[in-house]
Amino acid sequence: MKLFEYKAKELLWKHGIPIPEGQVVSSANQIRAISGPVMVKAQVLIGGRGKAGGIKPANTADEAKKVASAILGMNIRGYITKEVLVERRLNIAKELYLGITVDRSRRSLLIMASAEGGMDIESVPEDKILMLPIDPLIGYQKFMGRQVATFMKLQKGQAAQVEDICGKLAGLMAAEDAELAEINPLVITAEGKVVASDGKITIDSDALFRHKEYEALKEDLTPLEEKAKKLDIAFVQLDGDIGVIANGAGLTMATLDSINMFGGKAGVFLDLGGTDDPEKVKAAMNLMKEANMKVILLNIFGGITKCDTVAKGVLEAIGSKGSPVPIVARIKGVNEEIAREMLRNAGMIPASGLSEAAEKASKESLR
Amino acid sequence: MIHMTVIIDENTKVVVQGITGYQGTYHSQAMRDFGTQVVAGVTPGKAGTTVNDIPVFEFVSDAVEKTGANTSCIFVPAPNTKDAALEAINAGIKTIVVVTEHVPLHDEIPMVAIARSRGVTLIGPNCPGLASPGRAKVGILPSKIFRKGNIGVVSRSGTLTYEIVNAMTEAKLGQSTCVGIGGDRVPGTTFVDVLEKFQKDRQTKKIVLVGEIGGTAEEEAAEYIKANVTKPVIAYIAGRTAPPGKRMGHAGAIIARGRGTAESKIKALEAAGVKVAPLPTDVPRLLA
Repeated sequence: MKLFEYKAKELLWKHGIPIPEGQVVSSANQIRAISGPVMVKAQVLIGGRGKAGGIKPANTADEAKKVASAILGMNIRGYITKEVLVERRLNIAKELYLGITVDRSRRSLLIMASAEGGMDIESVPEDKILMLPIDPLIGYQKFMGRQVATFMKLQKGQAAQVEDICGKLAGLMAAEDAELAEINPLVITAEGKVVASDGKITIDSDALFRHKEYEALKEDLTPLEEKAKKLDIAFVQLDGDIGVIANGAGLTMATLDSINMFGGKAGVFLDLGGTDDPEKVKAAMNLMKEANMKVILLNIFGGITKCDTVAKGVLEAIGSKGSPVPIVARIKGVNEEIAREMLRNAGMIPASGLSEAAEKASKESLR
Repeated sequence: MIHMTVIIDENTKVVVQGITGYQGTYHSQAMRDFGTQVVAGVTPGKAGTTVNDIPVFEFVSDAVEKTGANTSCIFVPAPNTKDAALEAINAGIKTIVVVTEHVPLHDEIPMVAIARSRGVTLIGPNCPGLASPGRAKVGILPSKIFRKGNIGVVSRSGTLTYEIVNAMTEAKLGQSTCVGIGGDRVPGTTFVDVLEKFQKDRQTKKIVLVGEIGGTAEEEAAEYIKANVTKPVIAYIAGRTAPPGKRMGHAGAIIARGRGTAESKIKALEAAGVKVAPLPTDVPRLLA
């Protein structure tokens, strides 16, 4: 779960990392009197805010209100700005980069640091980035912070501050169950203070059971995605017209790829997880009906449940009136012949294999 | 005689952690029907009871002491998974299959690191387990799709593996061992770990690798194959049509910042001499 910048900064602050003084507002007249220049920053979960006009300076409260009204409601690459962060503008002497993420190959956390902050870390040359894995059996230790500060070639006063921030960021990762915590830029001000000027934090959604405080946070989901989430179904909207329901991430992806091979295009990726629970299949069919697809492809590889039981759930979801769009159904496992017969009798297009199902669904969609 | 086995065999004695739950109960019986010795179960508070005649203990250490269990299959809920795995390691268990999905990242990382440092083979989390037809099965793979043979299968997926193994079996291409390493970002066992075992295993003559988008595990596998694997390898990579930035079901299946694409994986594997199947159903054809 990605956090908005202001929420990420609240967490940085909570863990003792300095941030600029500021306030979040959802309407311009909530802006309090300000002393000195500020930045008004759109709160959206997408990169490239600055280029899109979502970050603007202001020198007085009146100016800040004017700028905020212009940014609030702004559509930034598909995301509507509902809140802005108004914060004190820093006197920037130098911009650094500091982040902690997961290194999948090493199966550990990884500290990334660079003396060249302020831009996308992807565009910084590799030899300008320090990649420091945190051995899980050793954990974060102070010497790692010193390695970071040494790599950045900082003066003594700033080095001590960066070392401290590094340790606090590592502490935040563990305490908040974050999978990414990034400060870009980490600013050295003209006054010699080190301050987090931006913050990007992603919380591990598998760890939300021990973070009740995030329950109230709203995510930017479509109504259908919201419903799917409640049902613990992985649901991704794509730009084609075939709705794919399958069980298991790999099988669902393989079904999408197979459709593509036969000239069709998937519009919905719906993964039930590795289950063939008839109730879940039924819920997925109901969800798919709302997605307005031209064709529905159901591909279930049965494990625990018998195919005829799964087929019964599908028939219940469709109801006595039948489906307004063609449904290609393939259910593999025990009693699959009985299931195929049931589906055929209900007006569906049965298929026995994955390729056959993909071919039939593609054909129907191109009709 | 050289002992031939990939991770599990006839001497595998399984303790099922979380045996009294629906999955634990169902699959302990299914494993037994496959020929696996399921000797014990563990569920806190249920010691002294039995599940399908399998004795249930309070602690893994009790199960090890009383039954000689050497392998654990974990079905406990995600919040308790790390504790369950570390309890098994502490009790001296050397092979652990973690079926549970949605294990938090900050539990997964130390769990996997501790297992590796203790020389424990931990498969998963979020995996279907493994099966050696004619010998044993630990996990939730459907028994009826298998056929004894000489092809080793290693996969990041669950049901897609069943799909491919089933197609192989229908084509009379049997399996030596099939290992589902799971779809999480921090797996206990990697493609490279299993490839190394297949290369050494005398029964395994050919290898099937099933990968998917996200991370660089397939690229690392390709590098390893190029340098160390002399047996023919066939691969299938799921997610050629997956859009970037979207998590496709598995926690690890995401194209992040242009990395982890199917194209990059296919290119790396082909450069290592691996034949890559365009469709899952093409795998048997390429094996023949």
